[in-house]
Amino acid sequence: MTMLEAVLLTIVTAATPLLIAAIGQLVVERSGVLNLGMEGMMIMGAATGFALSILTGSSWIGIAAAIAAGMAMSLIFACLTLGLAANQVASGLALSIFGLGLSGVIGAPFVGAKRDAMPKLDIPLLSDLPLVGRLLFGQDPFVYASFALVIGAWWFLNRTKRGLILRACGENHMSAHALGYPVLRIRLFAILFGGACAGLAGAYLSLAYTPFWSPGMTAGRGWIALAIVVFASWRPWRAVAGAYIFGGITILQLHAQGAGIRIPSQLLASLPYLVTIAALVIIMSRRNGQQAAPGSLGKTFAPDR
Amino acid sequence: MSPTPPLISATGIVKRYGTLVANDHVDLDIAPGEIHALLGENGAGKSTLVKVLYGLLQPTGGTLSWRGADVKLRSPSHARQLGIGMVFQHFSLFDAFTVAENVALALDSDESVQTVAERLAQVSAAYGLPLDPSREVWRLSVGERQRIEIVRCLMQRPKLLILDEPTSVLTPQETEGLFATLERIRTEGCSILYISHKLDEVRRICERATILRHGKVIATCDPRLESAASLAQMMVGTKISPARHDAAMPPGPVRLRVTALSFRSPDPHGTSLQSISLEVRAGEIVGVAGVAGNGQDELFAALSGEAAAEAASAIQIDGKPVGRSGINIRRRLGGAFIPEERLGHAAAPRFTLSENALAAGHATNGFVRHGVIEKSAVRAWVERVVKVFDVRKGPADPEARSLSGGNLQKFVVGREILRKPGLLVVSQPTWGVDAGAASMIRQALIDLARDGTAVVVISQDLDELFEIADRIAVLFRGELSPAQPTARLEREAVGLLMGGMGFGARDHAHREQAA
Amino acid sequence: MIRLVLERRQGGSRWLSLLSPFLAVALTLLTGAVMFAAMGLDPRKALAVYFLSPISDLWSLQELAVKATPLVLISVGLCLCYLSNNWNIGAEGQFVAGAIAGSGIALASHGVAAGTPLSPLVFPAMMLAAMAGGAAFAMVPAILKTRFSVNEILTSLMLVYVAELFLDWLVRGPWRDPKGFNFPQSVMFGPEAQAYRLMADGRINIGSFLALAAVAAAALLMARTLKGFEIRLVGEAPRAARFAGFDDKRLTWTVFAISGALAGLAGIIEVSGTMGQLQPSISPGYGFTAIIVAFLGRLNPIGCLIAGVFLAITFIGGENAQISLRLPLDVTRVFQGMLLFYVLACDALLNWRISLTKHEGAAA
Repeated sequence: MTMLEAVLLTIVTAATPLLIAAIGQLVVERSGVLNLGMEGMMIMGAATGFALSILTGSSWIGIAAAIAAGMAMSLIFACLTLGLAANQVASGLALSIFGLGLSGVIGAPFVGAKRDAMPKLDIPLLSDLPLVGRLLFGQDPFVYASFALVIGAWWFLNRTKRGLILRACGENHMSAHALGYPVLRIRLFAILFGGACAGLAGAYLSLAYTPFWSPGMTAGRGWIALAIVVFASWRPWRAVAGAYIFGGITILQLHAQGAGIRIPSQLLASLPYLVTIAALVIIMSRRNGQQAAPGSLGKTFAPDR
Repeated sequence: MSPTPPLISATGIVKRYGTLVANDHVDLDIAPGEIHALLGENGAGKSTLVKVLYGLLQPTGGTLSWRGADVKLRSPSHARQLGIGMVFQHFSLFDAFTVAENVALALDSDESVQTVAERLAQVSAAYGLPLDPSREVWRLSVGERQRIEIVRCLMQRPKLLILDEPTSVLTPQETEGLFATLERIRTEGCSILYISHKLDEVRRICERATILRHGKVIATCDPRLESAASLAQMMVGTKISPARHDAAMPPGPVRLRVTALSFRSPDPHGTSLQSISLEVRAGEIVGVAGVAGNGQDELFAALSGEAAAEAASAIQIDGKPVGRSGINIRRRLGGAFIPEERLGHAAAPRFTLSENALAAGHATNGFVRHGVIEKSAVRAWVERVVKVFDVRKGPADPEARSLSGGNLQKFVVGREILRKPGLLVVSQPTWGVDAGAASMIRQALIDLARDGTAVVVISQDLDELFEIADRIAVLFRGELSPAQPTARLEREAVGLLMGGMGFGARDHAHREQAA
Repeated sequence: MIRLVLERRQGGSRWLSLLSPFLAVALTLLTGAVMFAAMGLDPRKALAVYFLSPISDLWSLQELAVKATPLVLISVGLCLCYLSNNWNIGAEGQFVAGAIAGSGIALASHGVAAGTPLSPLVFPAMMLAAMAGGAAFAMVPAILKTRFSVNEILTSLMLVYVAELFLDWLVRGPWRDPKGFNFPQSVMFGPEAQAYRLMADGRINIGSFLALAAVAAAALLMARTLKGFEIRLVGEAPRAARFAGFDDKRLTWTVFAISGALAGLAGIIEVSGTMGQLQPSISPGYGFTAIIVAFLGRLNPIGCLIAGVFLAITFIGGENAQISLRLPLDVTRVFQGMLLFYVLACDALLNWRISLTKHEGAAA
């Protein structure tokens, strides 16, 4: 395996959780809901996924548990913001704080436990192709899942009636309601989907990316996923670009640290966050005031009876 | 009685919101193939009833029957399946979506957007309602947007078409076109429920009318046999006299001078103003007519100072250049401003009346000393406004949102007029206001002008402008026609201007470019 | 069919508005009891450790004041932000930035100013530098918001990580105590660079009084002045605020600067008053907990004072529980997150009347 190949491979692994989480959040935001609880849902996924796979010995049960945990967390958010029409920003923050705490409690007995990383899912023959073979066809199942999610989300949003309806709720919930669409129910499904994706992304971190659990291991990835959605202008394919750029920066700064470049490691480590800010500034000034966000994003919807 | 059962029949419909009864045992029958008017003031319960008929609201009590059989409308899609179509007053459109996507959303079939677009093209051609399926809605004029709503109803071959105040956003000529379309739809056997408060229209096209007042059915009649005055009296309950307009006074000095005002709309979907010129003298009311979305919001923002114009000299109040000054500087120079939207713009919904008085008057009314609010001064001012303008309110200092539309409008108009401004710019002064409040507000504007104030009224209601304005100009795609004396103007001529006839060749080029 | 229906209340009820935070606390305690029972602990004993032990003796009460100080200082600033619809959630980073800026003065004057006439100026200068540092750090998201309309939530949060990593680098690199056996920490500040204390052997320092002053000032600002009115109006109805002639962009800068300065002040007080030196980690999450304090205090400065004390109790209770019940510190965070959920849910009760309506059938 060449050095380049190794670097590219690690970029894929760094980008995958970001991509999975961003796609989930993208669908949520397209329905008009801003869930800032990504970080909390993701780390709950990481904790429960790791705990369950250690207890049962099965990665697949761990993954299922992570998805369930993410969905359960998102259900709390849905109850507050949809059921009680609470402020979405504050509810999302609460979810993040709560998730960081609860994951610590759940994960406490498993600190220091180790398990083998998820096996790669080699696609026979194709994975033996030079260079691209391992890169494209020798990845773990999460990587394939992430691309399936991108294609699925794109197809759903742009090619199906249901996707159109979901976008309509995000664009103008009053009009969608006037046409008789159940805005709150549609948003509930979107939020649950977002929770499932966040849980899956979390499971990737503790089951495949680093095969152990440590408190706070998401390290802001949930927030970066939120930034990727803005960066992607709410389009699935652009989220791929966003996730891989951020994944690339994470990996490159790690390699720079390893290569002994005389820049302090902390400053390199802060690079992904600074790049996120810079990317947001660039995309917003390029957009030049043009709205790309769904029209009803973050607004509370309460129909008159 | 005809032997065929009515197409739809509502019996004893009751809809309660807490203690408020929006519909109080309302009965309504619509026969097949008739154009039926639903008349009533703002707040009479028309919208509530219509939402019940479209399955959007569940009534607290009462029954509906469709072609003689009892029916419970679960949802709008259920209503659509039966054959009920609805054209909303506030369009239920998605600005960022294409016409075809908007239509697809209103169809209950699972057709792809592509096939919807093809069918849409056919239907719109058949009815002479041209629409480009691939354009985004925000690029379209208000009339075109209404066309989407109509066409998407027609595509489902409705038996009953409900139109909620359809002409309030149209020019007189567009209104004629709409009437022709409705006549054609009716000849195809479709019934129409036509909601309006414009009595002349109702008398022209409707065979039967149901009149609502305070949530109750007051009368059912044949509007063709009634006079506009008798219909108005049934609708309002009392006689409303038109505003008293004294003979024209000799015009005073110019108080507002707008010269070549250009203003780039901050809203990417907005309309930029192009080289607008206008003079308003003390003692006169100048009306700015125009279809919604032709730059009214931008004109108000530029005149009030909520947004800065490109050049300071473009706007002068009593000779002082203020084009780049903020709203409070203009207020100190005698300016007063009343925006179109009551809740959210003129007033903060969850703030009390005194807080809303403070918002508009903190720079001019002596409410603040050394940065500290003088609450008693504000309260005394509110009491005065409430008294002079007869604002009906419950508790001492209620939240703005708890007032009815008419009472809140009287408050926001009163808080400016009582300052005795030298210049008043008001947008849609009586929009969505009951007839009593509307007549009071119009009279107050006339009286203010007679006392030497220059008044600019931006309004989409031509009747209103013809009633109170001394001169009328028309705003079209950000350009303003010269203001002509009302006495010498025909409605038709104003209507043509509103539709863009007579505006420069430059504009036609624009239109071609856009298309 | 029976449905849960939300109806917008006309005019908030004063009673409910005072009641709702207490209801939220009660529900949190109840849920906590269930949680402890599920973990096999005696709920009464566990709750007592969390919520009663921190207020049981004088030493604890002092500790409580020390812990509540940063929470109150930060949350008062956050109130102004949130009321005006500016979502500064990076107070943790501004706290660190203030601590770094203030410590810069302390380290620069270390061993130089002591004994000179300049010595009494060191601590005031540190406070000023900390406020300036926190404010400057908070201005980044503010300016990016007003200039480029970049979402301030994301930028202010990203900057938390940047500030923490920067601090980490400082105490491991240029600011490391050369005689500190390679521990990642700065030198102990000289006595002139320590926060003034109330009693020589006590824990309470000047910070607690500054926090009270900040509460009083903010309460006056919000209740009496035009600026306070402006803050509320911009948050409640931005178009109405523009109509009132208020400049929302400048207000965004103002509130971010104020809240950054208060967070920075809290940072230097924590470092110079409690720790006495810079360490890689100087906050158990005060900046994030202050968000909860602000909401629990109903975005009211005086409410923040009460709520700040209450959340300080959970911090100390969490430490006590770690020792006596062997519970992980994260339980505190769970409590805090849960509390915010309940606060938001109870606030919904304020704005909306929840009623069960029975759908009357055709016969009704």
